[in-house]
Amino acid sequence: MPDKAVFREELARLEAIVRRLEAEDLDLDGALELFEEGVKRLKLARELLQESELKVKRVVEAADGTLRSRDIDR
Amino acid sequence: MLDVTTHARRVIEAGLGLIWVRGEITGFKAYRSGHWYFTLRDPQAQVRCVMWHTDNARLPSAPVEGMQVFVAARPTIWEERGELRLTVKQMVPTQDGGTWQVRLEQAREALRRDGLLDPARKRRLPAFPGRIAMVTSLDGAAVRDVISVLQRRWPLVTLFVLPTRVQGEGAEREICAALRRADRIPHLDLLIVGRGGGSREDLWAFNSEAVARAVAASRVPTISAVGHETDVSLTDLVADARAPTPSAAAEAAVPDREAVSGSLAALARHLAQGLTRRTAVVSQRVDRMGDRLQMNVMAVLERSSARIAQAAAGLDALSPLRVLQRGYAVARSDAGIVLKQRAQFTPGLGFRLTVTDGDVRAEVLDLPRPAGTSALSSPSPARERGQG
Repeated sequence: MPDKAVFREELARLEAIVRRLEAEDLDLDGALELFEEGVKRLKLARELLQESELKVKRVVEAADGTLRSRDIDR
Repeated sequence: MLDVTTHARRVIEAGLGLIWVRGEITGFKAYRSGHWYFTLRDPQAQVRCVMWHTDNARLPSAPVEGMQVFVAARPTIWEERGELRLTVKQMVPTQDGGTWQVRLEQAREALRRDGLLDPARKRRLPAFPGRIAMVTSLDGAAVRDVISVLQRRWPLVTLFVLPTRVQGEGAEREICAALRRADRIPHLDLLIVGRGGGSREDLWAFNSEAVARAVAASRVPTISAVGHETDVSLTDLVADARAPTPSAAAEAAVPDREAVSGSLAALARHLAQGLTRRTAVVSQRVDRMGDRLQMNVMAVLERSSARIAQAAAGLDALSPLRVLQRGYAVARSDAGIVLKQRAQFTPGLGFRLTVTDGDVRAEVLDLPRPAGTSALSSPSPARERGQG
């Protein structure tokens, strides 16, 4: 299942990019590469924020002891 | 003699520890020092007791003569008199839920002994939880409340509901089982355990030592949300965070997406500034180079500028972007699509040109031959000069 904890990683990477861009002595190509990656991640993070829908699952234990999850109708 | 009583004291203190006993208060005397002296007796026996000021100060009032109480006490020997004495640490009247209170105090003491109430144990809640489990009843409003808060504040979440009874016969066992189940959910970030409001009796399962221990054993940080105004449950004490209601727990669990949008915008600004500064540095270096070399470098820079522009055009919130201030503009169709290629233009086509301080309406007069597929149209004199 798609893990929405992805947001946290996008944000962490984005912050790292900004830090590098501000602090490091990069050549232009390197800076551009970072910038482009930053823009990509920024867009993705925005999309996640705007388009995500809460998923709610009910977890039960089956007779064999395994965990099953089922969407809850809301 | 003192050797004997001292030895006896050591044996008794080591052997008995903290015990709970029930009895009737008699011969009560409170001294000016604040210490209490009294005898506790039942039909079979009696024993002298002391309760130090530091311990009795927590009680709402002094007991009255003849009152039935439970006490938690450490037996010891009063060496000078060779007399058995109880040092009372806690006292609970047998009226108003006395036995429950005693059980609660015993459980709390056991948890404390095992270090589970230590504030240093408390873990930080994750900043951006992706997977949250909630152990609660499906009957109450708790699940509905949590869902509506998450939906509004931070819908980037999968909420796993582990249904359980939260009151009545067997509730404790079911809550423990649900907590252990939650612990098996892969990649879980956070656990909420609780229920909506109820009477003291209704909430009692959350004062169970077993439930508290199961909460404390959770692999992921926990929020306890037992709907009550005043009392603190044992679950509250062992959880990493405590909320007065399930809704409040959900608020505490996730960030607000409005606020996060704001910090994304700030990051976007820093990103653009970072690049602008970088390109400025490169331009200055270019200025210092000889003319011959400069021509080559300019060609590289120019290609790069197109890349900057292309990337920047994707950053809607950044416009007008710093890049635009250097004489570039973004062409967009009336529908807002960035026009990047010759093929997107036809003679007579109207489009918008975004420059530093706003938009300009423009129209395609002609499509001359030269190559160039930049997303930006650039004033040609600026191109020839390069930038910087």
